[in-house]
Amino acid sequence: MSNNDNVKKLNVKSGMKSRTIQVDHLARVEGAGSVYIKTKDNKVEDVKLKIFEHPRFFEALLKGREMWEAPDITARICGICPVAYQMSSVHAMENALGVSIPDYLHQLRRLLYCGEWIESHTLHLYLLHAPDFLGFQDAIEMSKDHKEILQKGLQLKKAGNEIIHLLGGREIHPINVKIGGFYKLPAKAQFLELAEKLKTARDYAYETVKWVSAFDFPSLERPYECVALSHPDEYAMSVGRIASTSGLNIEIKDYDTHFEEHQVPYSTALQSIIKGRGSYLAGPMARYNINHKHLSKPVQETIKEIGFEPICRNPFRSIIVRAIEILYACDEALRIIAAYDWEKRPASVNVEKKKATGYGATEAPRGLLYHRYTLNEKGVIEHAKIVPPTSQNQKSIEEDLHDFVSQNMSMPDQELVWKCEQAIRNYDPCISCSAHFLKIVRIDD
Amino acid sequence: MDKLAVIKPDLPKLAVWKFASCDGCQLSLLDCEDELLAIPTIVQICYFPEATKTRIAGPYDISLVEGSISTEEDKTLIQEVRKQSKFLITIGACATAGGIQGLRNFANLEEYVKLVYARPEYIDSLATSTPISQHVQVDYELHGCPINKYQLLEVISSFARGKKPAISSSSTCTECKKKGNICVTVAYGTPCLGPVTHAGCGALCPAYKRGCYGCYGPKETANPLALTSWWEKELNAEDQTIKHLLRNFNCIAEEFQKASEHYE
Repeated sequence: MSNNDNVKKLNVKSGMKSRTIQVDHLARVEGAGSVYIKTKDNKVEDVKLKIFEHPRFFEALLKGREMWEAPDITARICGICPVAYQMSSVHAMENALGVSIPDYLHQLRRLLYCGEWIESHTLHLYLLHAPDFLGFQDAIEMSKDHKEILQKGLQLKKAGNEIIHLLGGREIHPINVKIGGFYKLPAKAQFLELAEKLKTARDYAYETVKWVSAFDFPSLERPYECVALSHPDEYAMSVGRIASTSGLNIEIKDYDTHFEEHQVPYSTALQSIIKGRGSYLAGPMARYNINHKHLSKPVQETIKEIGFEPICRNPFRSIIVRAIEILYACDEALRIIAAYDWEKRPASVNVEKKKATGYGATEAPRGLLYHRYTLNEKGVIEHAKIVPPTSQNQKSIEEDLHDFVSQNMSMPDQELVWKCEQAIRNYDPCISCSAHFLKIVRIDD
Repeated sequence: MDKLAVIKPDLPKLAVWKFASCDGCQLSLLDCEDELLAIPTIVQICYFPEATKTRIAGPYDISLVEGSISTEEDKTLIQEVRKQSKFLITIGACATAGGIQGLRNFANLEEYVKLVYARPEYIDSLATSTPISQHVQVDYELHGCPINKYQLLEVISSFARGKKPAISSSSTCTECKKKGNICVTVAYGTPCLGPVTHAGCGALCPAYKRGCYGCYGPKETANPLALTSWWEKELNAEDQTIKHLLRNFNCIAEEFQKASEHYE
């Protein structure tokens, strides 16, 4: 496939009782991929989510690099969620080196993550996903009928970016994150200025929740096993244990014992499963289903106000969960900024090189992001393993498509293609992360 | 369902292309929160799959190209992009200097593939990751990993109006002095690539008390060895540290590549 033949093709050979629907390159996702769905005798025979993002071999190129470089290099896996890569890498390194950071540095990492959740979720919700629900090709076209809310959405996105800008140095590939903490802590006055903007952003986030909750949602209920980081005291972002809705509750270091990755011939991204059980769901819906009791009180009230369910199993409704998480991230960022009194404290703790293996998992906007590193005595990386959220969700995406198409066999081709693309976008798939593509082939014999 | 795309004859036609990359540079356009809705008033966005389903066929007045060439298909596609484009502009370190994935050029691809994939035979990849300029004529290169979004707006609006973008070709070190930052090399003995790195980031790292690690690639007429041999003498910098600083996101940029070979 080339970018050049990305034009949506629709071939209906009704005379032969066979139909081929083909979309070569999913639009409005980060990266390149395609989907293949084959139906026969009104049954779905095969679904393949194909990712043909160029392999960039990060795990290989990290070998021989110094431990200090991991946050800066792994950030380059993804321009949308670089903070997630930086967070998982520093936590894995600190785990290897036996370093624990003081609470104020933990709070600041949470603040940085709030910035990325707001920025990434808002980008997806307003610019990539909402046009699906409202029937537009893109956000710019959507702006003709929904300009006011879209402008608010862009300001909300900007507020998230400003958190990353201040604490990280810049929005994409921040420069201020290091093993042990940060290079430099900003001044309190800078944070207070940011807090004013965040208060307005919080109002926009509330409006966003109300706006998306009134969308029309295709019906689909899926029996997911949800997997997310879980923490007894907070809505988990960067620390905790890995928990699931089927009773899994493990330390991060035991990830490889319970999960495994498979290579399939049609994808440059590896697919993850839970050993002995199969597919699972990571991301906003999984986090919400496992950790919703840790959301802030005002967020809980908003959830009641819109009558949103405590356990959500309709992937199309994930846009509401994303909006809820944006609202929560605004509250959480404001809470941390209000407590910020740490500009004179050390920006980082000391770390010493040693030969060890370390494990880190944090909640990227799209879900659990696992890193493992083995270091030699000079702090040089001997082995690296990275499992991005979209790899973990690939099988669930295929299963959603299987169930959705099975339940909607009578849907006209064009509508079905639209809905299948929308179903993939439910995951905000970051194909750059997972390795890039959308092709739907339906053959009814 | 697909609404008929309307061609606006008076606006320059813009296309955005992706090769091997992290998507950060093209998404810098979506990070222009204050300017995004005004962009369609200066150019018509005809092809930008990560932002829109709309696809209007070429030729295009301005093509923004992100990413490096790393597969056989890429080699064919970039020729097609060149044919379709009046101005071809590379955005970011991958497209202008091979990107971090250019590290494979110094290694053995087979070993790389084996380290990541259990079934290497499924993987189709070239042994090298190369900048766009090694394959086709490039009209303008915008540096950075990531690019500066304001520079991107300057490039788009300049080419749309047929003028040269007003982008400084000086060094990060010059930007740093203008900002009044404390010099991290003089004050803390930190190796800093600022003197040989292209301007554009606003001297971010020194402002955060760390040395520049070269995101914007070599500045014009850079002589990195003069700088790094000073680090060796005055800062006792180790060969490995120097090599790694020169070999990251812009590792295929000629000046950085040649200097890094000195520390093999």
